[in-house]
Amino acid sequence: MDFINKNLPYLLAGISVGGQYALIAIGYTMVYGILRLINFAHGDIFMVAALVTVYATTTMPLYVSIPLTLIVTVVLGLAVERVAYKPLRNAPRMSVMISAIGVSYLLQNLALYVTGGLAQTYPAIPFISDTIQIGSATTKMVTVVTPILTIILVFALMQLINHTKIGMGMRAAANDFETSRLMGIKVDNVISMTFLIGSLLAAIGSVLYFTNYASVVPTSGAMPGLKAFVAAVFGGIGSIPGAVIGAFIIGICENIIKGLGWTTFSDAFTFALLIVILIVKPTGLFGEGATDKV
Amino acid sequence: MKKLAALALCATMCFAGAMSVSAEDVVKIGVFEPASGDNGAGGKQETLGIQYANSVAPTVEIGGTEYTVQLEIVDNESSSEKAPTAAADLAGRGVSIVLGTYGSDAAMAASDTFAQAGVPVLGVTCTNPQVTEGNTHYFRICFLDPFQGTVLANFAADQFGAKKAYVLTKLGNDYSGGLGYYFTEAFEALGGEVISDQFPEGNADFTSYITTAVNEGADVIFAPTSTEAAQLIIDTAASQGVTVPLLAGDTWDSNVILNAAEGKDVQIYVTTFYQEGGNEEFDNGIKEWINADDTNLANNGGDDTVAAVTAMGYDAYFTALEALKNAGSTDPAAVNEALWDTTYTGVTGEIAFESENGDAIRDTAYVKQANTETVAWDFVAEQGVN
Repeated sequence: MDFINKNLPYLLAGISVGGQYALIAIGYTMVYGILRLINFAHGDIFMVAALVTVYATTTMPLYVSIPLTLIVTVVLGLAVERVAYKPLRNAPRMSVMISAIGVSYLLQNLALYVTGGLAQTYPAIPFISDTIQIGSATTKMVTVVTPILTIILVFALMQLINHTKIGMGMRAAANDFETSRLMGIKVDNVISMTFLIGSLLAAIGSVLYFTNYASVVPTSGAMPGLKAFVAAVFGGIGSIPGAVIGAFIIGICENIIKGLGWTTFSDAFTFALLIVILIVKPTGLFGEGATDKV
Repeated sequence: MKKLAALALCATMCFAGAMSVSAEDVVKIGVFEPASGDNGAGGKQETLGIQYANSVAPTVEIGGTEYTVQLEIVDNESSSEKAPTAAADLAGRGVSIVLGTYGSDAAMAASDTFAQAGVPVLGVTCTNPQVTEGNTHYFRICFLDPFQGTVLANFAADQFGAKKAYVLTKLGNDYSGGLGYYFTEAFEALGGEVISDQFPEGNADFTSYITTAVNEGADVIFAPTSTEAAQLIIDTAASQGVTVPLLAGDTWDSNVILNAAEGKDVQIYVTTFYQEGGNEEFDNGIKEWINADDTNLANNGGDDTVAAVTAMGYDAYFTALEALKNAGSTDPAAVNEALWDTTYTGVTGEIAFESENGDAIRDTAYVKQANTETVAWDFVAEQGVN
């Protein structure tokens, strides 16, 4: 019992942060699945979502500012796709990747300009930032809400992909981009939808993440973004369940490592894990088999 | 015709440039502070102190001539990689002396650049011993980490009867690691036990660290970190219902910490250079000056709390003016020579430099507690080293 009491807080922190990584990781994995593009700007879109909430709550009540955050983030995600990726659709894949890195730095520097380099305190959102007691651990409500909400959202997303017309379009485009275009699927709409879903989930993830870690700086998106990307690769990039499971594994392992007292190595571990997985199973846990596209 | 116009324009500009220099005598003081990155908030407050001092005393008499003081401000981005570039930029602008920086990391990284350019630097709140060790151009007006660490260890043992301390420092950060080390040394010398952990750059999840501290039964948590990490540590500690006191060094003396702790059930103690109320005239003057300008207000974190680093910035400026007067010239080498014997009585106390490394001679630090209801600092004790 004592063992559980001591380690429960680490496990809870791991599940919670894992759920937040999962919401970001879905954005990476879906975009990759369809466009074969690693959207490096995704972590920064996550950061911008947090800043929008910070600034919106100074003038508006929460029930307006959070929906506004979701809308602004989605619009930003779509705009990035239109402006920086769409014109490069037929360009070499490397050019789009560089464009993504460019967008990432652009967003970071814009945030630096807007915030003046000072850390912004994320507003406390009622209910999810309330303190609760689970067994021996005291934590925030968000720790419990995150995994539940993540699972609900993933379930809804799977339904959308497997049982709707646009979902079918996504699966087709992921399978064969050119052929689906020839079959009359409006690929541009499918791609926009992908970015819409990815950005929406990143915005929801940012609300959960920053409720737990209430300080936003321009580089706040970099580390969660990178970890989520690792989670997506770990689970097999292109696979949504893979990304979610990968994110939970990374979140939990990272916190257990810290709990064991090897705090210095917690990040090193995450990336070492990535290398090992890629050596043993190059396509990740749930990755599609041999692909001739990459 | 177009070429002629361009030529005329160039000529006018050169002429205007030359004019502005010869119109009056200007002495340039470099301000080498972070305005972004981890220490952005603290750096801006320190710069505010310097700017306020400049508005109080915009001119200085050097060798019988009245010089206008011009501040040359650069941002070192709180980073050891960017600091040398920012330093080279300052050296290139022909400054006579440089003030800064907040954060010992950037100070050490830029030290060589200043040495090569032959520009003396007056450290304001960089407390790591290595900043001034073994060089003759870096001075400082604040106390040092071995002193601060010992003060904090004594305070933990005296005030709370602490036997076990949890020390949390940032991996690879000279300030954080250094202060943690000196605290550990002093605390263990007092018979206490220390558990230490490090967190990596960019870490936002402090849940596990705080859990470890609680599990190990620490009596105090000592976290000498930047204010950015501090916000998160305080928030995590509060949400996990931590009841033991949090101790920290001079960086935590900022309204960023007060705002983070507002309304939360946490005990926070810091050591610092100056306690608001120590000098009424200075407090009132700077509050009025900060409130008069929106940018200043934003740079001070949105209210008019006087941070200790602001008071230190103010004193650093006047100490620099003293050095310029003593040198009787704006030549950096002469200023460097004059600094050794410069003394000044500032709002934070007497300032004089010892003759080996150019460190300020200081023997007291103030201990303050964050009042989570009034969102202000309460004075606790003036602590020296026994």
